[in-house]
Amino acid sequence: MYRYDEFDAAFVKERVEQFRYQVERRLTGELNEDQFKPLRLMNGLYLQLHAYMLRIAVPYGTLSAKQLRMLAHIARKYDKGYGHFTTRQNIQFNWPKLKDVPDILADLATVEMHAIQTSGNCIRNVTADQFAGATDEEIEDPRPLAEIIRQWSSLHPEFVFLARKFKIAVGASLHDRAALKYHDMAVEIVKNEAGETGYRVWAGGGMGRTPYLAHLMHDFVEREDILAHLEAVLRVYNQDSRRDNIHKQRIKILINAIGPEEMRRRVAREFEEIKAAGTLQLPAEELARIAAYFAPPKFEKLSDEMPDGDADFERWTQTNVHRHRAPGYAIATISLKPIGGVPGDCSHQQLDALADLLDRHGMAEIRVSHEQNLVLPHVRKKDLPAIFARLKELGLATPNAGLVTDIICCPGLDYCDLANARSIPVAQKIAERFADLDRQHEIGELKIKISGCINACGHHHAGHIGILGVDKKGVEFYQLQLGGSAAEDASIGEIMGPGFGEHEIVDAVERVIKAYTLLRKKDERFLDTYRRVGMEPFKNMAYLDQLHAAY
Amino acid sequence: MATAALQVLTANRLVDGDVVYWRAGGWVEAFSEADVFAAEAEAKAALAAAQKFVTGNVVVNPYLFDVRQGADGVAPVKEREIIRAAGPTVRGDLGKQADGFAPAPVVHAADAILSATVRKADDVSI
Amino acid sequence: MPLIKHGTYAEDGFSVVTDDAALPPGGAIVSLARFKKERETLLARNAPLGVRLKAEESPEALGDDVQRLSLVVLEFPKFRDGRAFSWARMLRTRLGFAGEIRATGDFLYDQLAYMTRVGFDAFEVSDKITPELLQRALKEMSLVYQPSADGRKTIRQLRAGA
Repeated sequence: MYRYDEFDAAFVKERVEQFRYQVERRLTGELNEDQFKPLRLMNGLYLQLHAYMLRIAVPYGTLSAKQLRMLAHIARKYDKGYGHFTTRQNIQFNWPKLKDVPDILADLATVEMHAIQTSGNCIRNVTADQFAGATDEEIEDPRPLAEIIRQWSSLHPEFVFLARKFKIAVGASLHDRAALKYHDMAVEIVKNEAGETGYRVWAGGGMGRTPYLAHLMHDFVEREDILAHLEAVLRVYNQDSRRDNIHKQRIKILINAIGPEEMRRRVAREFEEIKAAGTLQLPAEELARIAAYFAPPKFEKLSDEMPDGDADFERWTQTNVHRHRAPGYAIATISLKPIGGVPGDCSHQQLDALADLLDRHGMAEIRVSHEQNLVLPHVRKKDLPAIFARLKELGLATPNAGLVTDIICCPGLDYCDLANARSIPVAQKIAERFADLDRQHEIGELKIKISGCINACGHHHAGHIGILGVDKKGVEFYQLQLGGSAAEDASIGEIMGPGFGEHEIVDAVERVIKAYTLLRKKDERFLDTYRRVGMEPFKNMAYLDQLHAAY
Repeated sequence: MATAALQVLTANRLVDGDVVYWRAGGWVEAFSEADVFAAEAEAKAALAAAQKFVTGNVVVNPYLFDVRQGADGVAPVKEREIIRAAGPTVRGDLGKQADGFAPAPVVHAADAILSATVRKADDVSI
Repeated sequence: MPLIKHGTYAEDGFSVVTDDAALPPGGAIVSLARFKKERETLLARNAPLGVRLKAEESPEALGDDVQRLSLVVLEFPKFRDGRAFSWARMLRTRLGFAGEIRATGDFLYDQLAYMTRVGFDAFEVSDKITPELLQRALKEMSLVYQPSADGRKTIRQLRAGA
């Protein structure tokens, strides 16, 4: 993984002191809250329902053992003993004190971490496939480019006061595990007919109150021109976005307003100019230099046989172990969705134990997925039983990756100042209803995503079943959406109809799933069946009891 | 049953983000100890008095919210404030609910609140 | 309001002229609307000319005429409105403007370094920002990752030993 040199280290250190001075000035009142808010947001600091919340950057979801230990330390020293992994591969702490945050950032800097631009109207954390470097179906590891974009976007003087947030993702695989089409901008690493590697650029995707899928901006950008193209998109956005209505200021709104063709035209003009100026060219040597940091470990020659284990182990390998590019190796998903637990949460004990696990088995990295799970990218198959056993002790071995209980869920009204309804209890109840593993396997792949408000941090628009919590006259109500997907077959979920009360929603979800099991053809996932038969049968089933009750 | 809207004034403490409630010209951490305003004029007066703590960089974003008289005392009307007063519903071991803030009924007479507010106006510490 | 130019307090050789007021003898700053309307007269004047742009007004509207201006004033209606960062950068690079780019309106100490990088060299300030504070602001981040209008060496160039 990337390692800071003296320049990166100095940069992060100076940023900490810059923020320390901003906190000082806030506490003396030299900065009022209106002025301080964007500054603290650009250092990841929100003010939430109960306390401040600090969002720490995990660039392209990659962490080392040392960094895990520091996160555990921060959880203990400054917070309440746990962290929460997010749908953008970052980690959040829910209880830091403002006066401690400069010290937290200083501690983070010692392990090459920061909270730079994890919030605010600026370019945010650059995300990528959690299987990067390990999967056999990528053109190349997307993370070197993600790192280059991270550096280019860090305190970019022209783009620190954008109209709204700007999220970038990089992909390189047939299977999109990074939700590219839902990003403000996405870079897809592709090969052209001549077999050359270049970049397809997308822009204008987004969740929120009005979801959009990204439009193609450029079919094939040459390697050395990529930063020039990204800068062109940002420049057009910064110049041309509305500034009069906070709800209409994402790039998705701009592109929808002027049309993708006009957007491409404006971007192309800037792009040509930036290329001609020559200052943003990305030389092959620089790309190679950064790529060297991401070289995979030396893979040993090992048997590709899956080792034996007990029934629990077998079950876990069915869902949580994935094919690796190197024989004898595997990718393992560590579920942070224990039945009845808080999705995405991780205790300081677990963070420390995972660090030990990495060390014990000679693994340099762990990954965070946007589905709020963790991933061990390079696991020797022969180590899987021992790793599984340890994960089981830690409560991290739930064999539900991709199944109905592997739910994406925002913090919701239990934590978030913006929320209208609680989301976590709904996730817990659904998980408890479907806890039976046989039943989960019966159902198969089913991605449920829950948001506690229209800001959609739980990605409900991209759920096979999406659930949106709303406040209906002071009562928690939940709307269902069906047929969303964040993968390469991206789609926005369709709203079913009137919502369900808190006491009804789990039953409604169960009826929707029942409809699927009745209607499905062989090998059809929930999503496939929905796409084949449409909303009607699901809707009828979901509202069945209500219809009965009405009569 | 026509009851006048009861209100409580709240804010977040700047230095640590803690939720605090207005009481007698200052701030307390327990909802159960908060002043309850039976009259709109008292509520507005408290909100105005609270501004000094904003400009004094003690709290941010003070606002009034509705509460209602229940069998066990006063409770917030909105779920958001119920959760804010206690802590996350999914982690009973975290937040004010874990720090032992037991709810208790607190309803002050309008006069007492007004005089208390006026008397404590100079005290900007909490 | 005090003017800081090239790092120190400076006399303002210009006065802002409203759209219907008579032009002063010396340096004048007019709105874009007035500049478009009275372009010939304004450019024919034997005195420095400045144009003041609102946040939504792109310097592109000035076209080649920008070379004949001594000053462009860019407004910050609200410090969060970051369009002027792109306008300044456009003036320096696409339009090749070498005159004074002055910031006016609502901007923070914390934005001064970014503003300088994209091409601002003058700031209309309240007493909250002084030349000393400007110097301090410029030193907060001694390293930059990306090139901008200031031509400052990037970390990549430093790495290469440039």
